[in-house]
Amino acid sequence: MNFKDRYLSGETMIQAQFDGLMPIVILISVAILLFLGGHFLSVFLAPKKPSVLKSTPYECGEEPVGTAWSMFNVRFYVVGLIFIIFDVESVLMFPVAVIFKELNEMGHGVYALVIFLSFISVLLEGIAYCWKKGDLDWVKSFQTSLKK
Amino acid sequence: MNQTLVSYLSQYTFFDSLLALFGNNQGVLTFVIYLVFVLIIVGMCATIGGLGTYAERKISADLQLRIGPNRVGPYGLLQFLADGVKMITKEDVMPNSADKFLFYLAPLLALIGVFATLAVLPFSSGLAMADLNVGIFYLIAISSLVGVAVFLGGYASNSKWSMLGGLRGASQIISYEIPVTISILAITLIAGGMSFGTIVGAQKGSPINWFIFHNPFTFIGFFVYFIGALAETNRAPFDLPEAESELVSGYHTEYTGMRFGFFALAEYIEVFVVCGVGAALFLGGGNLPLPIEIDIIPVQLAQFAIFMTKALLLYYVVIWVRWTFPRLRVDQLMSICWKYLTPIAIFNLVGCAIWVVVFNGHSVAQILGGH
Repeated sequence: MNFKDRYLSGETMIQAQFDGLMPIVILISVAILLFLGGHFLSVFLAPKKPSVLKSTPYECGEEPVGTAWSMFNVRFYVVGLIFIIFDVESVLMFPVAVIFKELNEMGHGVYALVIFLSFISVLLEGIAYCWKKGDLDWVKSFQTSLKK
Repeated sequence: MNQTLVSYLSQYTFFDSLLALFGNNQGVLTFVIYLVFVLIIVGMCATIGGLGTYAERKISADLQLRIGPNRVGPYGLLQFLADGVKMITKEDVMPNSADKFLFYLAPLLALIGVFATLAVLPFSSGLAMADLNVGIFYLIAISSLVGVAVFLGGYASNSKWSMLGGLRGASQIISYEIPVTISILAITLIAGGMSFGTIVGAQKGSPINWFIFHNPFTFIGFFVYFIGALAETNRAPFDLPEAESELVSGYHTEYTGMRFGFFALAEYIEVFVVCGVGAALFLGGGNLPLPIEIDIIPVQLAQFAIFMTKALLLYYVVIWVRWTFPRLRVDQLMSICWKYLTPIAIFNLVGCAIWVVVFNGHSVAQILGGH
């Protein structure tokens, strides 16, 4: 009985399922070790001459006024909202896309297509609504809010 | 079940002697094999990232009739090592008002997000570290960490340039993720699976079987993917988060020394990963153009060479694009994503779904060939 048979046998099946995740854990640990190692090296090799001017944020020679953590443009928030809607929809479409070919081979192709298209049409309705409201325009959305 | 490197290697006879060497302990042997391959792959990708910085400067020099780096090593090839040494020996400066924990965390997140994607990259049919059955899904998910890192880096610096760069970077990366995800979705639909093994395996044989030539929609889909990938990796002409003429250096203005180096390394490896994914999804991955059925190590190495050639050719195109097109304005950037790329990507997805139903999943070549 060679390794592969044992590997595929029920005894180690659960272990084999998780084996695929092991390189991910190792890669993440390598990234962390590389990061810590780089810092460790630079502690020994880099000069340390702190001064007040060095530790102020860089603003092209001007003295910084206030903090950068202030209010920012609401457009970024709108972009984030639209993204979440699209991202969730595309996540929901992935399982359908995986079995779509299989469904077609089983003879349910048209049925699957109708369901798939009706799902996408909801997505398209969303993008049409945002487009009409002017949320997809970077500048125009600002102007329409001024008119009100 | 997930096909992994270990389950691939276990079909060879030398594996059993290796197993005996480790006292028949499967867990330890699995760990050691993964560790060795992770170190090889990380070393290789770090070298590619380093040579990427060299190639970028050399190609830009060629395009602008300059000479470029030529002092360190033959043809300046060792320039990236000199840059690395320089970065280590530079002083670590952090703004007093910065959020210290997040400031440290941001380059680490970028590094993790890029390194973790290497686990599923299909270097060849057997030598991919883990061919997860949710491969492409995992890749999209874990590479979003880079977007978080860009925003955190900009936010934690507490500098106005960094903050603007971080905000722009976050909104750009999340926006362009949509067309990229949807064009990948179309490929998933045609291949009928999310693992890279399924997707690359479906493109076996001559280049006419590549998914880019599968139907007209995937042909457009490749360009949507490529433009979106350029924007997701903050490459010119979409390098607004680090636009040096407007924002000094964008989200990594306040980063010095090794931390800046990690950001740069992560960025260059990410470009390679994105090119590799494009090569695997649309350009046939590591498939040999000949119908070879035997599966031996030399065949795997040939597949590896073909995959790398395709990925690096795309890498060349990425650098080429950078020095050819001027940078976009931020409003143009958003309207390109939401008004052009996303509707085109959805159109491609619908087209692919209809194509699969009408032509029963056959490609253009198969239909013309009379199948």
